[in-house]
Amino acid sequence: MIYREAGQFKTSYFADQAILPVLQDRVFVFAVLAAAFLAVPWFINDYWVNAIFLPFLAYAMAALGLNLLTGYCGQVSLGTGGFMAVGAFAAFKLVTLFPELNFVLVILLSGLITALVGVIFGIPSLRIKGFYLAVATLAAQFFLVWMFNKVGWFFNYNATGQITMPPLEVFGNLVTGPRASPAARYLFCLSFVVVFALVAKNIVRGRVGRAWMAIRDMDIAAELIGIRPLGAKLSAFATSSFYVGMAGALYFAVWLGSAEPIEAFGIEQSFLVLFMIIIGGLGSILGSFLGAAFMVLMPIVLKNFMVDALGVEVVTAKHVEITLMGVLIVFFLIVEPHGLARLWQILKEKLRLWPFPY
Amino acid sequence: MRSMRVFGAAAAMALTMPAMVSTANAYELVIPSLDYRTGPYAPNGIPFANGYYDYLTMLNERDGGIEGVKIKIVQCETAYNTKQGVECYEKTKNTEPSRALVYQPLSTGITYQIIPKASVDKIPVHSMGYGRTSAANGKVFEWIFNFPATYWDQAAVFLKYIGEKEGGMDKLKGKKIALVYHNSAYGKEPIRTLEKAAEKFGYQLQLLAVDHPGQEQKATWLQIRRERPDWVLMWGWGVMNQVAIKEASSIRYPMDHFLGVWWSGSENDVLPAGEGAHGYLSGAFHAPGDGFPAHDAIKKHVYDKNKGAGDHGRIGEVLYNRGLIAAVYASEAIRNAMAIHKTKDITPEMVRDGYENLDLTEARLTELGLPGFTIPVKITCANHAGPRKVAIQQWDAKAKKWSFVSEFYDTMRDIVDPLIEEDSTGFAKENSITPRDC
Repeated sequence: MIYREAGQFKTSYFADQAILPVLQDRVFVFAVLAAAFLAVPWFINDYWVNAIFLPFLAYAMAALGLNLLTGYCGQVSLGTGGFMAVGAFAAFKLVTLFPELNFVLVILLSGLITALVGVIFGIPSLRIKGFYLAVATLAAQFFLVWMFNKVGWFFNYNATGQITMPPLEVFGNLVTGPRASPAARYLFCLSFVVVFALVAKNIVRGRVGRAWMAIRDMDIAAELIGIRPLGAKLSAFATSSFYVGMAGALYFAVWLGSAEPIEAFGIEQSFLVLFMIIIGGLGSILGSFLGAAFMVLMPIVLKNFMVDALGVEVVTAKHVEITLMGVLIVFFLIVEPHGLARLWQILKEKLRLWPFPY
Repeated sequence: MRSMRVFGAAAAMALTMPAMVSTANAYELVIPSLDYRTGPYAPNGIPFANGYYDYLTMLNERDGGIEGVKIKIVQCETAYNTKQGVECYEKTKNTEPSRALVYQPLSTGITYQIIPKASVDKIPVHSMGYGRTSAANGKVFEWIFNFPATYWDQAAVFLKYIGEKEGGMDKLKGKKIALVYHNSAYGKEPIRTLEKAAEKFGYQLQLLAVDHPGQEQKATWLQIRRERPDWVLMWGWGVMNQVAIKEASSIRYPMDHFLGVWWSGSENDVLPAGEGAHGYLSGAFHAPGDGFPAHDAIKKHVYDKNKGAGDHGRIGEVLYNRGLIAAVYASEAIRNAMAIHKTKDITPEMVRDGYENLDLTEARLTELGLPGFTIPVKITCANHAGPRKVAIQQWDAKAKKWSFVSEFYDTMRDIVDPLIEEDSTGFAKENSITPRDC
């Protein structure tokens, strides 16, 4: 009833190519964006920013990156944690070597450095596929984390191997360090994520994205219609690593503030981000966000609900939470193997016919 | 669309949030307990949390709290994970009515995370014998305490003990000492001290890292078997401890030359290795066992009323006692704060003053039912690490008991102090802190 596109005519190519051709979708997305930019900063506090918004935004960025590679180009990667580490350590080194560098630039440069590393580790993808590639990227994960733990130059030779972000300002507002206001940190990350989500959406709609999808669906056929696997695969690795690197930089610099390589960037991170895109939906920009939200927020919601509302004992709640997370993941994958994004799409289709489905 | 899930979650959380706000009108002392009863570090996290919880419950049951003000313990499960630790910190720090009075996260990683945050939020952190060593310098770390001793003191004391066994510090020359450590900020803490001391005493230091969680150590111990170091030191935690001790006994490494940090010396760590663990050494700063009047009080006022956090039979284990002494320090600091500020409505800022003027004498320990349990502690504005003395305890596998085999050694100030100075001034510079005068 409310969600109906009857009467919305497209009279130009421009209108036809819009990201959100349906008026209701546009209104909804702009309302959400307005709320995120204008309303949330007013009520956000330390708890909301540290436990909910920053983890969600950082992981959403990482999931976006991995989704470009795995979801769109079909190259399975288990190196996300390692690439996030590259982004984080790049940001740390840039900030300590060039303290006067603008922090926005630092994040972008960290992404570029990670893109370079990603391309190097993406070279094997030209010869190996599927599970074998997963193992090759696994090597990247272990090698990178080992290197950051081992080579003193990366953590400025401090005693414990921890990297700590000094307080930095963007346009006169502190965005890192303990004194930064929750709203500033949130808006900083949010701006990055929104801008680059838009960029990603447009990349996958264009020539490059179509080449990736062709490679994903059948690489030999793609080669026959004139797509170079070398260019397509390496550009996917580069773009994906760029996103993951920025995610790592935001994750370390803005959210955590200090990190040690093994715990913050271990193999668990790689799996976590991979699960996010599987739950959210492979090959879907929206799916990256839904997956990140699910994996980051669900444990906290479950925990707070059980402990504060139901009064369950803390330990029991933790065990139940771990179990329930597993059950929910299985449940959603059985209900919709294509992830939450597909579920959302089905919902919209149903809504279009409601209340008279045929 | 992106934030839709967020708002869905927000709605769910909004429903659950009000339950966090206390409705009690009487003043209460909020002490958060960031424990970990799940994950690979649970074997060590559980007894500590039980000791902490039981002592505070005992105060509530016996004395109606501290000086008659009830203690409200807020538990939060961290699973020894820094991210969950931060979530717990943020969630508990503003608990009504007093706000969180002190944090004792029992994790070096979480301590590193909350040091800058707590300093801004003005909440004291007591990382009792763990965390950042240079927090010993109270001039820079106003809000952080790490008495009764630091990792670096402990490393220095271990060398003293080794020197004594070898027949003099000069005998260390040419000896091989291996360090088996948890590959994290925690495990890496002693390395610099051991390296500095190696320059002075001329022993050869071998570093062997064990990755989280530490279940796989075959390669490490194969290396030890091949190189045969004269002494092995260990900085381990959780499952890593048990595995290391088992591996050491299976390569027949002499247990009385195997020395663990005080986080690697509890019953849980040695029992799985059975007889093989006989003679294993570890650092300690308090007595094991449940033979103190305070334990009787806990049994009477907590366990007999069925309010105990753990198992009756495990009262008095090493880590239980460590949790207990942590709670003793916290409650004494709060008591002290009440005396200094002459009020019972205590805030975290006041508790910091209580910690900074803490003077826990032997006479006071006896009053608390812990005669001879640990060394007296006196904190000053400049010295947040207290006495910095460490003793060595040894495991008797037949009697299944730990017992002290040395007196309390003093640290090596000539080696450790310059390192603390260097590290804390580095931190002050990075974070633009002007050290206090004291």
